[in-house]
Amino acid sequence: MVTLAEVSHSLSTTAGLEVRGLHLWRGERHLLRAVSFALQPGELLQVVGPNGAGKTSLLRCVAGLIEAESGEIQWQGAALRTNRDAFHRQLAYLGHINALKAELTALENLRYSVGMRRQVSLEQTQATLARLQIAHCADLPARSLSAGQKRRVALARVILSGASLWILDEPITNLDVDGIACVESCLAEHLQGGGSILTAAHQPLLEHHPQSRSLRLH
Amino acid sequence: MWLWFYKLASPPYAYAIAARWRPWLLWSALILMVISAYGGLVLAPPDYQQKDAFRIMYVHVPSATLSLSVYVIMAVAAGIGLIWRIKLAHAVAAACAPIGAWFTVLALATGSIWGRPMWGTWWEWDPRLTSELIQLFLYLGYMALRSSFDDTQRADRAGAILAIVGVVNVPIVKYSVVWWNSLHQGPSISKLGAPSIASPMLWPLLLMMLAFMLYFAAVLCDRVRAEILRRERNASWLASVAAGT
Amino acid sequence: MEPGLLQIVMLVVARELRLAVRHWDQVVQPLIFFVVVTTLFPLAISPSLSELRNIAPGVVWVAAMLASLLSLESLFRPDVEDGTMEQWALSGQPLALLLLAKTVTHWLLTGLPLVMMAPWMGTALGLPVSVWPVLAGSLALGTATLSILGAIGAALTVAVRRGSVLLALLVLPLEMPVLIFGARAVDLATHGEAVAGPLNLLAAMLLLCLALGPFAMSAAMRVSME
Repeated sequence: MVTLAEVSHSLSTTAGLEVRGLHLWRGERHLLRAVSFALQPGELLQVVGPNGAGKTSLLRCVAGLIEAESGEIQWQGAALRTNRDAFHRQLAYLGHINALKAELTALENLRYSVGMRRQVSLEQTQATLARLQIAHCADLPARSLSAGQKRRVALARVILSGASLWILDEPITNLDVDGIACVESCLAEHLQGGGSILTAAHQPLLEHHPQSRSLRLH
Repeated sequence: MWLWFYKLASPPYAYAIAARWRPWLLWSALILMVISAYGGLVLAPPDYQQKDAFRIMYVHVPSATLSLSVYVIMAVAAGIGLIWRIKLAHAVAAACAPIGAWFTVLALATGSIWGRPMWGTWWEWDPRLTSELIQLFLYLGYMALRSSFDDTQRADRAGAILAIVGVVNVPIVKYSVVWWNSLHQGPSISKLGAPSIASPMLWPLLLMMLAFMLYFAAVLCDRVRAEILRRERNASWLASVAAGT
Repeated sequence: MEPGLLQIVMLVVARELRLAVRHWDQVVQPLIFFVVVTTLFPLAISPSLSELRNIAPGVVWVAAMLASLLSLESLFRPDVEDGTMEQWALSGQPLALLLLAKTVTHWLLTGLPLVMMAPWMGTALGLPVSVWPVLAGSLALGTATLSILGAIGAALTVAVRRGSVLLALLVLPLEMPVLIFGARAVDLATHGEAVAGPLNLLAAMLLLCLALGPFAMSAAMRVSME
């Protein structure tokens, strides 16, 4: 059953991400109850709510790591279920954990993870590390990096992936004031270039940006 | 047809249907069991070679048949649940496993009891018994995997993958065990449940198989109802069912 | 520019090899385990080679099976725990192919040395030199099959805490036909009989596992990552 209003609505949002009536249970808990939102190119949506409200679950669900009980997730007008690989090629996901191998250097980590998606030159990689103020860490094994430095390497992976949709779970964990400013400028630049960002963070990100909105979970 | 399928797949409907079918299945199973037991234990003549020992096949052969077919039913149900995302199919698969495992244990126990007078030992590495034992391991693995997940849905899907891998493997196990055994000894003279048996012995066996299948269906109804109760314990329809009774 | 599938596979293999070089102890451990377990049997049964010769094919095969199981327990666990597997699942590349590439590399690193070590252990248990090719050949086909079956089990149990006993319980029954054909092939060879039959069956099982196994692995991995 699709009403006319819904058809016109979905036509108007084919360029971005649209989530409708998402329900998710985790064990006994009905975690997400009819969560709906739309995210257009150039927009940032920040999911806020207390601990245990389901922020991470919502992000993982939209990324396609968790199967929702019911509800529809659409990317560029097509259901996620039917074109998962195409959606994933345009998605960069940053989870709680950084997905870095302790035995590999920052550069090696980036080469193996970004290399799955596209070819990037060494210069590009080094420039991104420099942008995140960790150029000196390039050849150090991830084991010897501080928590904040590891987070920045993981963010470098997101930037280098060239994806248009970023899903970032607590991106500024462990970052100092400088780091947060640096990440915010990267996010703003991504929005400027027509990308979109879905994020969950305890502190507001890009609070005064015109394209920044928030979604509250209870 | 499809409408009926979807209706059946809804938990409240399946819960009610299982309750309605159960007594019919159970009583017809019990009546057939009594008839075929009389036919097998009293009417059938003693075997010229095995004497009265062959009569244990009236329990052994139906159990062995069901231990295999219940596994196939379980894998098919799990596959349906995995592909079409039907929760009821997962509930059926989960309910099948312990029943199938018990039939396997029964087949092993009766085979071993039969082996005592025939082989002179409680256990012989006979191909039938060996593949029955591996079948039991497959059931135990499935149940162990299910119980290691806290979340029912993940248990459902992980179990379904294992059941499907297992069901592909079952014919390979059967074949390999027969091949393995044929290298070590000639064709065994004392087979349990030989295909060429006389009709006064055969009809009680076929009837007993039917009785076992009906009994399986009856127990499955009970177990599926229990699974539905466990899975839907927070659903509103259950509250109204409980209030109605 | 998007990389092709072959490039992706090479990337996975290169990464695994580099990690193995930095963690070479984990590569050597299953091999040592294989040698130690094989040593147990003469101690437990008899030092007489003529007695050991009869059970040698079975002993080598069981030891190889256990060594393979032991090494597969940690096949996916580190990648799942540090989040790499999530990135793979979201990379837009076929997860089945990535997992297969990882499993094949793992076999090259742990299975192949075991295959090369096995004839020496066989000789120590009294097997004649003439069965070396059959022993190594059957183990090469067999351990590759064991790797794929074990990888399915590892993907199913990777989210379970202390899943190693569970892994053995799931995987060993599935692996029994491989053991039967592999050990029998060596046994037949020691008696100078034809071994083409069981070796063909081992090859058939390997092909079946190669064709269907990766899909089971990726389905299992997606469940485990939820």
